[in-house]
Amino acid sequence: MVPVMKPALFGKNLTELTDLALALGLPKFTGKQLAGWLYHKQVDSIADMSNLSKKARELLEDQYCIGVHEPVKVQASTDGTKKYLFETDAEQFIETAMIPDKERRTVCVSSQVGCKMGCLFCMTGKQGFQGQLTAGEIVNQIRSIAERDEVSNIVYMGMGEPFDNLDEVLKSIEILTSEWGYAMSPRRITVSSIGITPGLVRFLRECEAHLAISLHTPFHAERQQLMPVQIAYPLQEVIDEIKQWDFSGQRRVSFEYIVFHGLNDTPQHVQELVRMLNGIRCRINLIRFHPIPGTPLIGTDEQTLQGFKDQLNNKGLFTTIRASRGQDIFAACGLLSTKALQAEAAKR
Amino acid sequence: MIQTVIRNDEIAPGTFLLAVERQHDFQPGETVKVGLDDALPPRIYSICSGNQEDELRILFNIKEEGALTPNLAQLQPGDPVMVSEPGGSFSGTADPAVWIATGTGIAPFYSMLHSGLAANKTLLHGVRLAEQFYFSPEWEEALGDHYHRFCSKEDVAGIPRGRVNLYLDRAALPANQKYYICGQATMCVEVRDLLIAKGIPFGNIVVEIYF
Repeated sequence: MVPVMKPALFGKNLTELTDLALALGLPKFTGKQLAGWLYHKQVDSIADMSNLSKKARELLEDQYCIGVHEPVKVQASTDGTKKYLFETDAEQFIETAMIPDKERRTVCVSSQVGCKMGCLFCMTGKQGFQGQLTAGEIVNQIRSIAERDEVSNIVYMGMGEPFDNLDEVLKSIEILTSEWGYAMSPRRITVSSIGITPGLVRFLRECEAHLAISLHTPFHAERQQLMPVQIAYPLQEVIDEIKQWDFSGQRRVSFEYIVFHGLNDTPQHVQELVRMLNGIRCRINLIRFHPIPGTPLIGTDEQTLQGFKDQLNNKGLFTTIRASRGQDIFAACGLLSTKALQAEAAKR
Repeated sequence: MIQTVIRNDEIAPGTFLLAVERQHDFQPGETVKVGLDDALPPRIYSICSGNQEDELRILFNIKEEGALTPNLAQLQPGDPVMVSEPGGSFSGTADPAVWIATGTGIAPFYSMLHSGLAANKTLLHGVRLAEQFYFSPEWEEALGDHYHRFCSKEDVAGIPRGRVNLYLDRAALPANQKYYICGQATMCVEVRDLLIAKGIPFGNIVVEIYF
């Protein structure tokens, strides 16, 4: 007989926790108590919620579970980067990376199992789309790692497209940033998207977190070859929307740009980037490409990469090169979970 | 833009062809956003009609857990429906090409067929069930031996059981032609990888994923 999973408390926001408490005949303030136990004290069982009455705990245990999951595998790089593999309730696998840098501990979380977007350079895309993560499964990637109390920054740059699971992504950010939740500043959270315009508009309206857009080339035909989303949501539409918003204060927008040899690393690309991003206060993050199996793309050489960065900076676009981390454990998302997926398939 | 439904025919179990009046010029292969009200985000659908026809049609199937398609399926002639201006860049040309589709991913190619772009084309259509070979008489007439069907979940006389890979694995594929792929993400990515492995430059592969 297949065991019936009780719904998880972890991942519910204050409104949902209050509603479920009221539905169980418990006082309204129980919702806030639950949030405190789940997100401040981070208890592992309902029985540990010691300021709830025995009856309340019994009622809760009868219908709910905490719903946190330990990672099933951890890989550690020589540079300190760690890669965690989590198994979801649906027996699927997702990856989380923890990247230390001096005092910072940045956690890179996944927002979906697999991905629908099919970018040519992405390993996760080769898995196809397997399912959405709940807000609880997203926040659990921070809650259940060894460094959970040291996390300084969170980036939604793992598996999946956050704007294709926006309800749960926004709820996870609500849990991370609310006083009743983890009380993090939204300025320590960055959500990275390939640019699904309706999701972008809603994200900018409903959330204060930073935005990163996967740009990769300013030219339509090239981007269409790299990223099929370009057909449905052209980059220009995304840029036009971003220009409607104010990024001159604390909220930041950045553009990610994987540099491919002979494809998007020419002076024409510099020129077009400058034209396209004119008027947006932003940063460009150049990213080295580490080949994935079967890809026809290769990364540009270091000299060209540095030259490309210098050209952009000289034109007034603040540009940095992202340090490659965790190369010995293939920290680029998708590789570890693909192996786990293949191992599971082999077992079946 | 709010338009009026002309027809909404169930052409196969759970699959509908919705027609409204064509209001704009478009390139075959382009898409429209379709919605019912402001409360629900519109979804993007490939146009499934010729660019000189009076009607503009879309092909959709009901997603059991979807918010939009069960309601779209209920639309009757005379009902309002929101249809955007056409857009997108999955555009067909008169050059020789291979069209590869699964399920309702056949829609943009049907638009190309009805816009006079079927010459020099090969179509590979993969479906789960035989009833999903939409418009097959027209395809047979237009493409003859260049129309290849594949059915993955049931045996159909004269049609290979399996996926479009059956053809792509074996065929000699010209590297200088365009390959258009339309359908679900997993199929699009698998087929794209297979084509690249067979030496097709990725610049000759055009992918439209149904997000």
